[in-house]
Amino acid sequence: MIDFLTLIQVLDGTLRLATPLLLVCLAGLFSERAGIFDIGLEGKLLAAAFVSAAFAAITGSVWLGLLAGILASILLSLLHGLASITLRGDQIISGVAINFLAAGLTVVIAQDLFGQGGRTPPLKSGGRFEPLNFPWSISSKEMSDAGPLMQLYSELLSGHSLLVYLALLTVPLSWFVLYKTRFGLRLRAVGENPAAVDTAGISVVGLRYGAVVIGGILCGIAGAYIATSLQANFTKDMSAGRGFIALAALIFAKWRPWYALGACLLFGFFFAVDNRFQNILMPAWALSSFLIFISLVLLSYVWKKDYLDKVVLGGLALGIAIISLMVISSVWTSGISSQVKIPVVFIQSLPYVLTVVVLAGFVGRAIPPKAGGQPYIKER
Amino acid sequence: MDIMPKWVDIIVVPLFSLFLAAFLAALLILAIGESPVAALNLMIEGTLLRSAGWGYMLYYTTNFIFTGLAVSVAFHAALFNIGGEGQAMIGGLGVALVCLFIPWPHWTLAIIGASIGAALFGMIWAGLPAYLQAKRGSHIVITTIMFNFIAAGVLIFFVVDVLKPTGSMDPASENFPASTHLPTFQDIASLMGFEKAFRSAPANVSFFIALFACVAIWYLIWRSPLGYEIRALGKSGAAARYAGVRPVKIIMIAMMISGALCGMMAINTTQGESERLILNFTEGAGFIGIAVALMGRSHPAGVFLAALLFGFLYQGGAELALWTKIPREMIVVIQALVILFTGALSMMVRAPLERFFMSIKRADV
Repeated sequence: MIDFLTLIQVLDGTLRLATPLLLVCLAGLFSERAGIFDIGLEGKLLAAAFVSAAFAAITGSVWLGLLAGILASILLSLLHGLASITLRGDQIISGVAINFLAAGLTVVIAQDLFGQGGRTPPLKSGGRFEPLNFPWSISSKEMSDAGPLMQLYSELLSGHSLLVYLALLTVPLSWFVLYKTRFGLRLRAVGENPAAVDTAGISVVGLRYGAVVIGGILCGIAGAYIATSLQANFTKDMSAGRGFIALAALIFAKWRPWYALGACLLFGFFFAVDNRFQNILMPAWALSSFLIFISLVLLSYVWKKDYLDKVVLGGLALGIAIISLMVISSVWTSGISSQVKIPVVFIQSLPYVLTVVVLAGFVGRAIPPKAGGQPYIKER
Repeated sequence: MDIMPKWVDIIVVPLFSLFLAAFLAALLILAIGESPVAALNLMIEGTLLRSAGWGYMLYYTTNFIFTGLAVSVAFHAALFNIGGEGQAMIGGLGVALVCLFIPWPHWTLAIIGASIGAALFGMIWAGLPAYLQAKRGSHIVITTIMFNFIAAGVLIFFVVDVLKPTGSMDPASENFPASTHLPTFQDIASLMGFEKAFRSAPANVSFFIALFACVAIWYLIWRSPLGYEIRALGKSGAAARYAGVRPVKIIMIAMMISGALCGMMAINTTQGESERLILNFTEGAGFIGIAVALMGRSHPAGVFLAALLFGFLYQGGAELALWTKIPREMIVVIQALVILFTGALSMMVRAPLERFFMSIKRADV
């Protein structure tokens, strides 16, 4: 059994790792609510991370770094806007291009500026966001002797970068903007029925550009966070798929701000668990009965469905059943109550699996904004 | 649509896009203090003027033909298969299982078995997102992205926890038995008496399978009833449905063909080159397939040419990284620009050309 302090530490890690996801997820939220699919979140995050780290390294000021990161991210957003709003190109393809552009350019420029194989030098103290220690909080050395409330206060609530608190504040702010302001109403309308917005005499193009620029700002803050708070320099491909996980969280959250907070904390928790524990042990009987349960649920679902459902989902059920049999056979000699190791890669894959399950609509169907992905053409 | 002659649409537009991408890349090379002309010379020297350079180029080309064809087939059905990377990884798993656990007497049989294994595994991996799109309406772009990440997890699990020999620190499976070794271009050249040609280059006989796949996909898309149904569904879902095309069936088939092609990339990388299952063997080829398909206008001949171009860029990029300050990621930038100009900004590229042809037409009248 894990003790309270370990739990607090995992939750602390959850908060730190969820922060970039949350900011990027909200960026995607604004963009997709306005009807612009944004696969390029990953690229914007990466570009902002590099530019902020590079500026912070050169100028020594993290605030200039943050500003530059946001500007870089906005520039990519505008490129996405140019391609998908003004030129009415394919939004998915534009996003893919932006991801590659960021992946390539960051390394090329970093190599040219710093010559360290696509990294920036480690940031000195003025160049990163320092943890904000709340009054009366204690340092990590004294932590194990302190009481549970003190541990909760000092480890979980205090000691984060400013941007973590900013990200948490962005959630109610986004909710307010989207649901309580005229701009938000129009923004949501333009993602559902742009023609109606246009008929009302409001600029579809303007609203959509507004949405992608807000997305750019949020991605910019997220990028600055990962390069100047979570780590203290830029490394090649440091966004590490976070843009896509945020996209997954966005679907998981069904395009709603508060749900996004929940989804990002959940996914952040998976990563924190994965960072903290090398092996996750589970009793073999629990694991295999869980797998057999899923398999049976799938089988009962396809019972009265047509041929294709039977083949695909039945095959899936069979596969899961085989895995559970393998689990049982692996502990055959040592008894069914012995523990089996769950490889960490499965914990890492959980966000993606959960997203697919939600997308499939078996558990709480996710319905995207109606006009998402389609360019708006006046007077069709 | 018919403003421009067909040849402009097929040849001039992609070349113009490529020219724009190359121009921006040249500016970037200038900005980091290297000469674009010298860089191009170096790329040509290291790729086209040495047989080993050709050997590397055609090795990359083989991968890109497979993934480019895969993306094209899905494009024809108006589906965006962004999951080529994951399908190739799972295809590699299929190749490894076939090569490791079936005692093959000769490589000719092994390559058939490995191709079937790779195609089957890739097909299954593309089949699930296809099913979710066809029956549940889940957006295939998102599901295939998710499946890329899940595939990476599955590959790591199999390589590290299942196939890695006990005691080995290297995250890789055992070497495949010698009987599964595919003849490389070097082997073939030495048979013909040119011992020095294609030295240590990884290109192998799977290149010819890729060429065959081009012809097969051309036949499938442009000459077979199934291809007609795929294209009809892609052009207009409503019209195709009215004509009796079953969307569920066509989405499934198109995506499974696409997945099979991506999976078959692994016979080149896994059976042909590494001869064991390693991590990251796909090296982003699944994504390059997008650029190749866009550049090649989703036609097998175009895909072949675009794959050659990207093979040249990849091998040339490696040469640049070796001899100049220009890192390999320069190629990723060029790739991004090609996707941008041929895909997302195609309106911007086409508009001036269309205006030009409009003015010619008006002059004729």
